[in-house]
Amino acid sequence: MANPKPEELARIEYNPPKTGWMDTPTVFKPGIFPYGCKPKSLETVSFPNPRSWSVKDEDWKLPENWQEIFIEGLRERVNKYRSFRLFLDICVRCGACADKCHFYIGGGDPKNMPVLRAELLRSVYRKYCTTSGKIMGKIAGARELTIDVLKEIWYYAYQCTECRRCSLFCPYGIDTAEITILARELLNLLGLNIDWIAGPVANCWLTGNHLGLQPHTIIDSFDMFINDLETATGIRVSPTFNRKGAEILLVVPSGDLFADPGTYTTMGELLLFHELGLDYTWSTFASEGGDFGFFTSNEMAKRLHNKIYEEAKRLKVKWIMGGECGHMWRVWHQYHNTWFGPVDFLEEPVSPITGTKFENTKSNKTVHICEFTADLIKHGKLNLDPSRNDNLIVTYHDSCNTSRGMGFFEEPRYIINSVCKNFYEMPPNTIREQTFCCGSGSGLNASENMENRLRGGLPRANAVKHVKEKYGVNMLACICAIDRAALVTAVDYWVPGVGVTGVHELVANALVMKGEKKRTKDLRGEPLPGMEGE
Amino acid sequence: MNLEALLSEKKAAIVKKWFDLIIDNYPSDSSNFFKKQKDRFLNPVGHTISQSIDSLFDEILHGIDSEKLFPFLNDIIKIKAVQDFSPSKALSFIFLLKQAIRKEIGSDIKKKQISDELASIESHIDDLALLSFDIYMKCRERIYEIKADESRRMMFRLLQKANLVCEIQEQESDLKSKTVLTQNIKG
Repeated sequence: MANPKPEELARIEYNPPKTGWMDTPTVFKPGIFPYGCKPKSLETVSFPNPRSWSVKDEDWKLPENWQEIFIEGLRERVNKYRSFRLFLDICVRCGACADKCHFYIGGGDPKNMPVLRAELLRSVYRKYCTTSGKIMGKIAGARELTIDVLKEIWYYAYQCTECRRCSLFCPYGIDTAEITILARELLNLLGLNIDWIAGPVANCWLTGNHLGLQPHTIIDSFDMFINDLETATGIRVSPTFNRKGAEILLVVPSGDLFADPGTYTTMGELLLFHELGLDYTWSTFASEGGDFGFFTSNEMAKRLHNKIYEEAKRLKVKWIMGGECGHMWRVWHQYHNTWFGPVDFLEEPVSPITGTKFENTKSNKTVHICEFTADLIKHGKLNLDPSRNDNLIVTYHDSCNTSRGMGFFEEPRYIINSVCKNFYEMPPNTIREQTFCCGSGSGLNASENMENRLRGGLPRANAVKHVKEKYGVNMLACICAIDRAALVTAVDYWVPGVGVTGVHELVANALVMKGEKKRTKDLRGEPLPGMEGE
Repeated sequence: MNLEALLSEKKAAIVKKWFDLIIDNYPSDSSNFFKKQKDRFLNPVGHTISQSIDSLFDEILHGIDSEKLFPFLNDIIKIKAVQDFSPSKALSFIFLLKQAIRKEIGSDIKKKQISDELASIESHIDDLALLSFDIYMKCRERIYEIKADESRRMMFRLLQKANLVCEIQEQESDLKSKTVLTQNIKG
């Protein structure tokens, strides 16, 4: 950026807000905040302060010594995590992150500027953990932890999707998402989780997936998929469950087992692996790739993530394949090794079809399904007819966690370009590392906070609208289950007429299978191009 | 010179004033951003408002054609309907055009004694406000509909699984393979 000229400097308007941020009270607005957690969800995982409470009530039924608990928790974490202390200390409030948050861009609430959202907690840190803050108070940007301050931290901690777009622009590399993560962890010391996160966490702890699906209901789900696939292709796939000695354990987000359009992604995976004759198994125990514990606390994330490796050990598989999920990959890529270190009981993953060694997965032995499929296509192992997707004009949404969390950009694009002919990118400043969040990640895809989700989804939808108008895009592909649920809604409001799909649904539509009947319908039961009259 | 010609001549100044008045309804920490960030993808709110009011202004000069006005109004109101505004505040942007016109060319209007024509333009603006009420209500209803749709998408497979719903295959060819139930759900 060029330096401003003197006459430009002279033109700057100094128009300060009427009140400083500390003196601007936070008003809780319906449509913005999710509901509070239920006591049984907290009891299930032995979390503190289980009780019935409502966000709308004046009294949040906190323990008497809640301030002490919060402040001690803060001190403990500041000492434990050097990164956290650094992030709290070194921000110079330059404002580079300020206009990068989708909630701020779409809603205009100043406290959703990442710098200010972090400042809500940082001010408390200064007051209780720094000498300057203790002595100089407000002058040093410090403030007392009052009940209103606590509620304000809660209100905005659940208006951040931990997407990390802001951190991309921070000259110091401060990860504001980590500040939200720790803020939520501190709030959980007081029993202040939200229902949409605490419920799935409890379910996952009990049954292995966020929905609380028990083994027989999971298998029922697959029975429906198998029937639908037979209708579409004439081929009856026969997946196995909890099979000991399988080569690969496949773990996908449970959202793809029950909610359309995610179900079509699962069906696509079933078809692909059947065609390959892959020696793999599903698990009804490790039946969740997602980890809402990650939106709760470090400890809870670790507790839920552990089951995948316990199951891999129990089934004696060689390696793990992970499905199209967002935060599951952030956990695997950025946290797994810190928790468990390199896995020593699995083998370094090798594709049984192409012989490709996935050296990048040496440590956690887990391959992304898109890496696996892209490798198949690269080696010409799939018989593909992209014209079956000719009715689709596709664009691709980079999920925050796979893009910013693990630098995963090319494989999904390579697959899409191999299975359909019409692919158009959204503008460069809205994709890849700079991708805009769906607005509903990190456990915020409840329905009671819909207005906030729609604000957050606006920047993404606005770019979709552009490619719809310019190229006629009618399908938005993504590799995240929360995207598949939330983008349908966001697009429905902002850009009606655009569908949402997983990448493996597109693969399965284009996949010419051995012994298939004349394919006239896609996985959704809609006619394939040119088959409208059949 | 009549009012229409005067408005056309001063369009740039009036629309800019109108834009500034609308954006000033946001907290000042945000209004600076909405005004200054010119990239349409990094500032969809500011861009949508500035583009839409520019087109609205042209349309108002030539009377009120609901069909032509709808997309521009819809783009702005969709945004306002999910932001921190009461319904009245959300739609106040229409009336701010009256202020913008008077501030920018009020003295010219007096000088040229064309207030009668101004009354006619202002009545167009009032019509625009009425149309905006309809759109605002549609947007709010849409929010409730998409909440319900989202729940349905989540529940449908579970209900199927629990054998609480069964799909009846329609025989008539015009319904193709869609089931009675999914047809109802998809509308």
